[in-house]
Amino acid sequence: MSGPEDFKIPLGPQHPALKEPESFSIALKGEKILGVDIRLGYNHRGIEKACESKSYLQAVYLIERICGICSHTHSTCFVQGVEELAGLQVPKRATYIRMIIGELERVHSHLLWLGVAGHEIGFDTLLMYSWRDREVVMDILAMVTGNRVNYGINAIGGVRRDISQEQIKDILAALKTLRERTLYYIEIASKETTIIERLSGVGILLPADAIKLNAVGPTARASGVDIDIRRDDPYAAYSEVEFKVITDNHNDVYGRTVVRMKELLESYNIIEQALAKLPEGPIAVRAPRKVPAGEVLSRYEAPRGEDLHYIKANGTEFPERVKVRAPTLANVQAVKKMLEDRYLADLPIVVAAIDPCFSCTDRLIEVKDLDQGETKILDWQKLQQLSIKYNQQRGLDFTAAGKRLQRLMEK
Amino acid sequence: MKNPGKMLFEVLNHLFKKPATVNYPFDGSKMPKGFRGKILFHPEKCIGCQLCVRDCPSNAIKIIKIADKQFEAQIDLGKCIYCGQCVDSCLKKAIEITSDFELAQLDPTKLKITVKGEPPTTPPPNQPNNA
Amino acid sequence: MLLDLFYILVFPGFLFLSAFALWAEYFDRLVYARLQNRVGPPWFQPTADFIKLVAKADLVPTAANPTFFRLAPIIALTAVCTAFIYIPLWSTSSLFSFNGDIIVILYLLTIPTLCFFIGGWYSTSLYCRIGAVRTVTQLFAYEIPLFMGLLAPALLANSWSITEIMQFYIDHPWFWAFNLIGLIVSLIALHGKLEKAPFDIPEAETEIVAGGFTEYSGRLLAFLRMTLDIEMIVGASLLAAIFLPFGLQSGPVVGFLVYLVKVLLIVFLFSIARTIFARMRIDQMIAFCWQYVVPLAMVQLLINLILKGIIIR
Repeated sequence: MSGPEDFKIPLGPQHPALKEPESFSIALKGEKILGVDIRLGYNHRGIEKACESKSYLQAVYLIERICGICSHTHSTCFVQGVEELAGLQVPKRATYIRMIIGELERVHSHLLWLGVAGHEIGFDTLLMYSWRDREVVMDILAMVTGNRVNYGINAIGGVRRDISQEQIKDILAALKTLRERTLYYIEIASKETTIIERLSGVGILLPADAIKLNAVGPTARASGVDIDIRRDDPYAAYSEVEFKVITDNHNDVYGRTVVRMKELLESYNIIEQALAKLPEGPIAVRAPRKVPAGEVLSRYEAPRGEDLHYIKANGTEFPERVKVRAPTLANVQAVKKMLEDRYLADLPIVVAAIDPCFSCTDRLIEVKDLDQGETKILDWQKLQQLSIKYNQQRGLDFTAAGKRLQRLMEK
Repeated sequence: MKNPGKMLFEVLNHLFKKPATVNYPFDGSKMPKGFRGKILFHPEKCIGCQLCVRDCPSNAIKIIKIADKQFEAQIDLGKCIYCGQCVDSCLKKAIEITSDFELAQLDPTKLKITVKGEPPTTPPPNQPNNA
Repeated sequence: MLLDLFYILVFPGFLFLSAFALWAEYFDRLVYARLQNRVGPPWFQPTADFIKLVAKADLVPTAANPTFFRLAPIIALTAVCTAFIYIPLWSTSSLFSFNGDIIVILYLLTIPTLCFFIGGWYSTSLYCRIGAVRTVTQLFAYEIPLFMGLLAPALLANSWSITEIMQFYIDHPWFWAFNLIGLIVSLIALHGKLEKAPFDIPEAETEIVAGGFTEYSGRLLAFLRMTLDIEMIVGASLLAAIFLPFGLQSGPVVGFLVYLVKVLLIVFLFSIARTIFARMRIDQMIAFCWQYVVPLAMVQLLINLILKGIIIR
């Protein structure tokens, strides 16, 4: 196989393989990847800055919306930090509920990942089946917390909703179905030749590289790096339940699949133990509005890896600084290494294998003019003017259409 | 044993199963009890303490005094993030959460809901009007 | 003359073929959906898609070569439609038949692939070019086993005319069973030709958007999609004619129904393959074809040669 010459193709910001805008510029020789340029920053939303103008109570909901998949991750991480600053003793029952929701979230995230991975290798049946089964856990989450993704169950000082006896029964029944299905997927993943052929040996990340490139979560664990915040720095009630940290020595995408599938089974165990041990008592303590000055670093094992929040308080109702390091930012560096000497066809699955969540990762980018070395700041109005001017130069004028749309809306 | 086509029997079984998807707008639009959807304001219970306004993360709710001990709530469903914090914050349980989640509108002005308190002679309205 | 025109244009020619192709696409999508526990599209979906696309404007990229860009889909569609009139459907005779028609059909079926390549290449978009190169690369993997698999029965029947081949298998009732390996080989190779999963590498959505078709829109895209649909019917009919010589002498009505069943069975097999396999990488696909499929085709040839030498003599 050979193309006409070496060329660069853009994968993203808009591309069917990516669910979020991010730019990968790939230098290709035929089908072979020579190099990858990763550019982050298409999805910057300014949440960190916005947190500074919200009270702690409001910030929980904002932080929760950093990620649509691991929303509980971010809110728990933030809330734990604030509780530490305020010196609050969270009731036992609340920590258990947090842990249960956290594990349910891991289940839905890993099942979602399995489907996406199936889609990336052109195996849509896996996508359809695993997302169908994911609905089971989504329904449970909707029932327990009141929403399918942004659960809103965390409050500073505890949780907002209790788990009732009937709900426990429903969760246990759902876990039974899920465990059955997970075992089936493990069997499929370990025996279906076309899947194994597409996954094994792809995206190799050796343990030394994983450590050097700061990989976290399943990406690191699949390279044999034995890290897990749940065990290494237990939060919530993880010190009171027993679970194994799954590692794998395949070092490739196949290993990452195996780690995630086995982690599902561990999650079911954790939830079952937690439901059996669920202590009685209150679910929240009253939280003060003002948090004493200080700074704190909070860690949480998200489905994608270690999530890190830094909070600086200055004694008022509002945080002075919130810094979020989402797991994808730690893992995305490894993608370049994984893609060395691979084929174009491997790129989607290698990128998907770190379970990327780009909007959690994106921060401000500064566009510098290379000739002048000056930083330009374009605000919303300027960008709009720029776009209107550009289109008018090309003979496209939308002012009339805009007005017509407005008139239609008024009717 | 590794071999291709491991899922053959599983998929063939599905030929005789009912599809897992639902025919959405016609059925399957029910959410579980306690789902956080549109909020419901009971003007007769409101004391105008403004706690909900203060705690709302997205500035979606406004409480305006229209007469003595009479308040109206302006709720912007386009801004609301359906977290239910106002329900928790309200001391008098004047705000309630419903599991109504089908709130899409073509006209953005219809997303703004105003619930007025009525004079005590008529029975208090249960449903906010969509004006 | 008029009757001939009717045969070519209406039944069993172009109009019937188009309708059947669209319906077969619906059948394929329905089965695919049901196997995945979904509902699937309504029966008119492919037709509606086609009408919608035809009504849309064609956009030709500025950098593309407009002549080749426009010609490629039309030639591809013409080629597959032409191939269809040489295939016998419900009896042993086709509309037009001559000695060597099986070779002509096979060559006519290669033209769309080359057209996809030319169309993709002259689109000049990078995704299109990669898709186009993949299309041709894949051609080298499946074309030889397809020819070997389809020509083996002809070898046994000692004729290059499909009519005579069919007549031979009717005269020798159980001989079709010897060609089962050839049927499997041809089915696999046809997957490659039709760019269907697991060999949908040239249009792998998650890698190169839509491959060679990325820049196509409107009428031209409608033609390309129609070409693929019709190619599926032509391929399936060819396989049915050569490998499944059943129900050919029970009159036109029963014969026609049997023909439909045969084609739908092959389409059904396509749907199942789409459901249970992951997409292969191009290097894996080529290795698979040359390591397993070609030797299988050789075995088939060998069997037929031996049979021909020993038994039929």
